[in-house]
Amino acid sequence: MKRSYTIKNLGCANCAAKMENDIAKLDGVNSVRVNFMTSKIILDAEDDKFASLLSEAQKIVHKYEPYANILK
Amino acid sequence: MNITKNEKHLVQRLVWTLILSVVLFLLARSFNLNTENNITIFYYNSENLWLLIASLLIYLLIGYDIIWKAIRNIFQGTIFDENFLMTIATIGAFLIGQYSEGIAVMLFYQIGELLQRSAVNKSRKSIGELMDIAPEYANIVENGELIQVDPYDVSIGDYIVVLPGERMPLDGIVSEGNSSLDTSALTGESLPIDIAKGDQVFSGSINLSGKIIIQVEKEYDDSTVANILELVENATNQKAEAEVFATTFARYYTPVVFFAAIALAVIPTLFFGQNFAIWLERALIFLVVSCPCALVVSIPLTFFSGIGAASKIGVLVKGSNYLEYLAKVKTIVFDKTGTLTYGKFQVANIKANGISKEELLKLASHAEYFSNHPIAKSIVNSYPKNLNPDNIQNAQEISGQGIKAEYQGKELLVGNKTLMLKHQIDILETAEIGSIVYVALDGDFLGSLTITDRPKENANETIKELRNLGINQIMMLTGDRDLVAAKIADELAIDHYYAELLPQDKVKKLEEIIKDKDTPKDLVAYVGDGINDAPVLALADVGIAMGNLGSDAAIEAADTVIMQDELNRIADAIKVGRKTLRIAIQNLVIALSIKIIILILATFGFANLWLAVFGDVGVTIIAVTNALRALMVK
Repeated sequence: MKRSYTIKNLGCANCAAKMENDIAKLDGVNSVRVNFMTSKIILDAEDDKFASLLSEAQKIVHKYEPYANILK
Repeated sequence: MNITKNEKHLVQRLVWTLILSVVLFLLARSFNLNTENNITIFYYNSENLWLLIASLLIYLLIGYDIIWKAIRNIFQGTIFDENFLMTIATIGAFLIGQYSEGIAVMLFYQIGELLQRSAVNKSRKSIGELMDIAPEYANIVENGELIQVDPYDVSIGDYIVVLPGERMPLDGIVSEGNSSLDTSALTGESLPIDIAKGDQVFSGSINLSGKIIIQVEKEYDDSTVANILELVENATNQKAEAEVFATTFARYYTPVVFFAAIALAVIPTLFFGQNFAIWLERALIFLVVSCPCALVVSIPLTFFSGIGAASKIGVLVKGSNYLEYLAKVKTIVFDKTGTLTYGKFQVANIKANGISKEELLKLASHAEYFSNHPIAKSIVNSYPKNLNPDNIQNAQEISGQGIKAEYQGKELLVGNKTLMLKHQIDILETAEIGSIVYVALDGDFLGSLTITDRPKENANETIKELRNLGINQIMMLTGDRDLVAAKIADELAIDHYYAELLPQDKVKKLEEIIKDKDTPKDLVAYVGDGINDAPVLALADVGIAMGNLGSDAAIEAADTVIMQDELNRIADAIKVGRKTLRIAIQNLVIALSIKIIILILATFGFANLWLAVFGDVGVTIIAVTNALRALMVK
């Protein structure tokens, strides 16, 4: 399934690119886009793993930008 | 400007750092301390101790958050991040006795970040304003009173009241009242349009003059305004090639420069006995310019701004990539009916035989009054006076031929050649191009009407403009007959046309056109109405749907939607695409070349840390400012 969430406090474009890159490598992610301009993450991942992948994604977001949060 | 608490805090720190640095510099001067560049490793002088301590304090004031992030990131296994690079570079500057440079790099890095954030916010905001078309409420009547409800809560078939000055909250049909509408937020067209009972109105437009009552046709989620908002919002999810390049490049650029910096610091000293401090400074310059921010921020920002600029003129581009494709279009294929032409039949010529033209038209329109055929309707519409249907009896429609009826007791035939031949009418054939309708009364041939579809008013002008833009192939596809197509193609100076195509033939034809183009870099755009030609729209490199405000089908099938039925918006859309792409390429070239030049200068000892700061922050600011130009439309 594919869902879109807002990332609060996404402040650095290069970090967004890195997040996108790292999240895309997670097992079960079909595609992901971290859109710096609209502060959104669009995650397309396998249904059964979606929730856990989303929290993985949250960790990655945190790693690059400690104040950034995915709003669920 | 809307500044957050963090930003306000940062601005205060910037100001204090500036003041304290100047004070410190002046003090050092007045005490005659040596503040000149004498690059020495672990430069230390007991006289200078207080200067070092004071500098370090100022440095911590401006850079503590960056240093903290850098440390934190190292423990999380993230290296090559900007915080880390800046921290190493500035600490390195202190190590070689360049205190003021150490502070400056950190200071300007922070200033750059701040400016960059405000530029991004500015463009987010101005696109937000552009998209500020979401209705906040809808008025409904309950127990005789007007109350405001959320547009989400209104269902299909409900009646809503829209007062003058209010934004239309939902799509629907006017059931009461007259007014005029400002649709500029949707179409870019500034002229108001008049509406009356029975007219369709779209959410997002503004009711200018009168109170109207609307019967709602679509739920809010399916409304025009919701569609547009979603589309523009998601447009930047699709990356343009330039953007993909920038992010890919950034991924390799930073590590490469980082390792080059280490090599620069180590190799000359270790193997060639060079002065370590001098080479360390060069390495530090590398670190400062190793941040790819200028590229990574400015390219998406450029496309974001370009998409905003396009929607300002009523052109919805569904992705950054399509904006880029629009810029590269070299062939445009038009659908004929309804796109290049009005798609409405009109009586173009009347040839009367023995009676007046008006009389002929009167007879024809009386007969056609009973038919729903588009040609019949066009004849009825062109008769200026009122019809008296009682004059007609026993009207019967003969499919594919025309109408047979009795007019004041006499047999009236209105139809094509086949109908006439069947009734042994001796007709005078006309050589005109179009649909010919012959009229015969009581066995006598009375004349003919030529019905044609005309090219749109600005079709000629648009095609000329497209040629000026360097679009070298302009083609037309149509299901219409060859003769009709040839005439339109000739009138509009179209290079090639293909007529008598069934919908599936159109797909095949377009496939051929795409295959036959000169180079893969030249792209093919298809312009259609978006209703009957979804597969063709999808096949083209850029599918452009025209004038279908409110049509979900068009928005679904096309890559670019032109909200208003204005052909010349195609040229405008191409111009916006080209401008955006040009700015993106400028940014790529500016950012890369300045950084590379600084790297080269640094390697040979012609650069200092001040120049490096320019190579990082300065370039970012130039690129971001340049990107914002894409927001502007003439």
